[in-house]
Amino acid sequence: MTRKRLSTRALFAAGLCTLGLATSAWGQSMSDVQKVAKERGLSTADLLAAAQTFTPSGKIDDYLIFSSGGHSGQVFVIGVPSMRLLRTIAVFTPEPWQGWGYGVGEDVLAEGLVKGKENLWGDTHHPALSETKGDYDGEWLFINDKANARIAVIDLRDFETKQIVKNPLFINDHGGTFVTPDTEYIFESSQYNVPWGAAYAPTSDYEDEYRGAVTMWKFDRKAGRIDKSKSFAIELPPYWQDVADCGKLESDGYLFLNSINTELATGGIEDKKPPFEAGVSMNATDYLHIINWKKAEKVYQAGKYDMIEGFPVISMQTSIDEGLIYLTPEPRSPHGADVTPKGEFIVVSGKLDPHTTIYSIDKIKKAIANKTFSGSDAYGLPVLDFDAVMEAQVEVGLGPLHTQFGPDGYAYTSLFLDSAVARWTLGGVYGPLNPEPDWTLVKKTPVQYNIGHLGAAEGDTVSPDGKYLVAFNKWAVDRFFQTGPLLPQNFQLLDISQQGTHMPVIYDMPIGMGEPHYAQIIKADKLNPWAVYPEIGWDPQTQSVDPWAPRPKMERVERKEEGTVEIFMTAVRSHFNPEHITVKQGDKVIWHITNIERAVDATHGFAVPVYDINLSLEPGETATFEFVADTPGTFPYYCTEFCSALHLEMMGYFMVEPAD
Amino acid sequence: MPSFIDHIIGPRVDQIDLNKHGLKYGAPGFFLLIARVLLLVSLFVPFWKMSLVAPQYPDNLQLIAYVNHLAGDVAEIDSLNHYIGMRPLGEAAQFERSVGVYVMIFFVVLLELASWIHSRWTVLLILPVLFFPVVFLLDLHYWMSNFGLNLDPDAPLSNSVDPFVPPVLGTGMVGQFKTVATPGIGMILATIASFFMIVAMYFHRRAYLPLIKAQKAAASS
Repeated sequence: MTRKRLSTRALFAAGLCTLGLATSAWGQSMSDVQKVAKERGLSTADLLAAAQTFTPSGKIDDYLIFSSGGHSGQVFVIGVPSMRLLRTIAVFTPEPWQGWGYGVGEDVLAEGLVKGKENLWGDTHHPALSETKGDYDGEWLFINDKANARIAVIDLRDFETKQIVKNPLFINDHGGTFVTPDTEYIFESSQYNVPWGAAYAPTSDYEDEYRGAVTMWKFDRKAGRIDKSKSFAIELPPYWQDVADCGKLESDGYLFLNSINTELATGGIEDKKPPFEAGVSMNATDYLHIINWKKAEKVYQAGKYDMIEGFPVISMQTSIDEGLIYLTPEPRSPHGADVTPKGEFIVVSGKLDPHTTIYSIDKIKKAIANKTFSGSDAYGLPVLDFDAVMEAQVEVGLGPLHTQFGPDGYAYTSLFLDSAVARWTLGGVYGPLNPEPDWTLVKKTPVQYNIGHLGAAEGDTVSPDGKYLVAFNKWAVDRFFQTGPLLPQNFQLLDISQQGTHMPVIYDMPIGMGEPHYAQIIKADKLNPWAVYPEIGWDPQTQSVDPWAPRPKMERVERKEEGTVEIFMTAVRSHFNPEHITVKQGDKVIWHITNIERAVDATHGFAVPVYDINLSLEPGETATFEFVADTPGTFPYYCTEFCSALHLEMMGYFMVEPAD
Repeated sequence: MPSFIDHIIGPRVDQIDLNKHGLKYGAPGFFLLIARVLLLVSLFVPFWKMSLVAPQYPDNLQLIAYVNHLAGDVAEIDSLNHYIGMRPLGEAAQFERSVGVYVMIFFVVLLELASWIHSRWTVLLILPVLFFPVVFLLDLHYWMSNFGLNLDPDAPLSNSVDPFVPPVLGTGMVGQFKTVATPGIGMILATIASFFMIVAMYFHRRAYLPLIKAQKAAASS
């Protein structure tokens, strides 16, 4: 970044920001700002960026980023514009601070068993906030695990994972999660395709045995769960289905799904066959899948499906007969398919083509009606003529990936190879919203480095907010202290509040916990989270009061039938009740514990050594965990959240008498 | 010779006089009516409030006393109080709170009667009502002393906090907490009601003393 000389304008701006402080703290003045800036070598742009992002203690951010946690298997929640990490949400991976997998969440994690095996991590890629009429409603969050094709449901009242579903058909997903405009369905599509259920078949059988699919998971908003009994899948060719987006408004009812490897390459570098990287990139174009999901829903409801791996699947032949799927060529190795706010255009970028290609839903509908086909693919799916459905192409730069939108007719595309964010203009009804001509590149802002996804404030909804854009960069290289050979990713905040060519980077945030992919940015006031659980004895898994939860004056240790001990415990500042628990070696221990606090932030931890237990009990929460007391000894249990002045005293003894 | 009852009820005003001097005879009853309304309203609003101010409670903790119940952060205050061995707040003034509403209704009835009586006995009916806000504060002080001075010696922090009595109005200090006690709207309304009672007694005297004197004079002549 070029360092400009300090100008009075910048100092004035910085001064305005610190005015409140300056007037309250006597003796501070603009010259102090100037002095610090000089000492630290800060430019005009730096001071302005600081003024735009610095969030004084006690001030709350305007926006929240819900970011995939990459292979941490978590979700990160980050404030904008401060770019402060507010918390992580444990999803596919055990996480001791939240007690996830160490006494709470075991049942949810168990839903994620893959072929009966534990996979206690996830490669989270694409979070999707629930939507109402195509706009974020701040109620639910969904995220996929690419490695094992799983979907998780997170409740944004308590920021806790409530459900994990394992896809029965495929083992690897990428095109997920994406929601319909009213969150009726959550889409999940396969990527590295396999035979149904990941059964064994040699790659020589690729064309016949391997299959792709898109799964439509029915979301029951009232229950807060995916309803597997009302979910179904649509069979697809074994291309590598990639990122998708759901249609809205003009294109409501459609799903747009990219694919690569329409070559059906199977690799084999060790046998001197083209490696995947070459084999998958041979064709000049791949296929955009245009799927009429509303029609597919009717076909499913009419019972026109086969049961595969115990799951309803609409076959490709049925899709052809019913007109559910149309393909159309798209630039080679596409990555993003993004629907414009009003739903009339679909923006597709091919990694190996410097253009973004814009398709018109109007033209797509006409081409389908008029059967303007250029042919069909190897599996008989009709291919719409490219020229009949294409609206425009815009040369934006090298390695275009994903596109987001602003409120003023601008689109923003990430450029992986150029390491830049491109701002360009949409046409159609968006044309008059900005001064530049339609379908034109306006500005490229360099980012550091190798940007993958990007997220603009509510930039994939029917009403984008503009203001902020975050570049989710894969490489940081020289941006931070060299923390050994493993470096953090770099989230860079861009100011997109002004039209034209002003679009500076104003903050760098290192992510040293996993490699995030997509993230969504929501206006913070759309969320309405709980400060404490609504009532004492609250079970977060059912989001209701557990009538059996321990309560004050009901604390006890009960010896049930031979060999089972049930403990009813409460936690409050600064004691557990009871404080002495003795069982016999080999007893099965069922331990219930309720945090009976009502004060905000009065969270208690609960750790039992040797038995690998550590819970987080938020105010009002109750939890139950079970184990077999197989190891005799004396084990102090204690509170692991510094809860009070007498936190260290908040402990007790769990004693396991040796068997005779 | 008027009976004892007549003596208490006092002289009746004849219709001609009443028509002629409606304002004079109506004033005491009118002011007592205002006092009754104010007392009834005060039943539904906080009578007294205490804010507990400490760094870790940015919104402060609130203890709010109504005539018949406690509100605010009672559970949180109780959970803090257990450190110093103070009994739960719910155990304080249980009798007073259980009868509070009936007492207030009784007060309203007293004032109703007071406006029908045209003798000095009226004062006897008004005075208990008049002093209610003071009695409320005295009772509050009694309970605060009772609770603050009788701490459980086995409590976790019993040797770091000395027995204390926070002021029933104004500011005090307990541990890291500053206590700020203020009258609630209810107490303000009751105090205004007391003021109207005094005004009523003045007009009562002005209206009926001449009649009593005249009656006495007539009796003695």
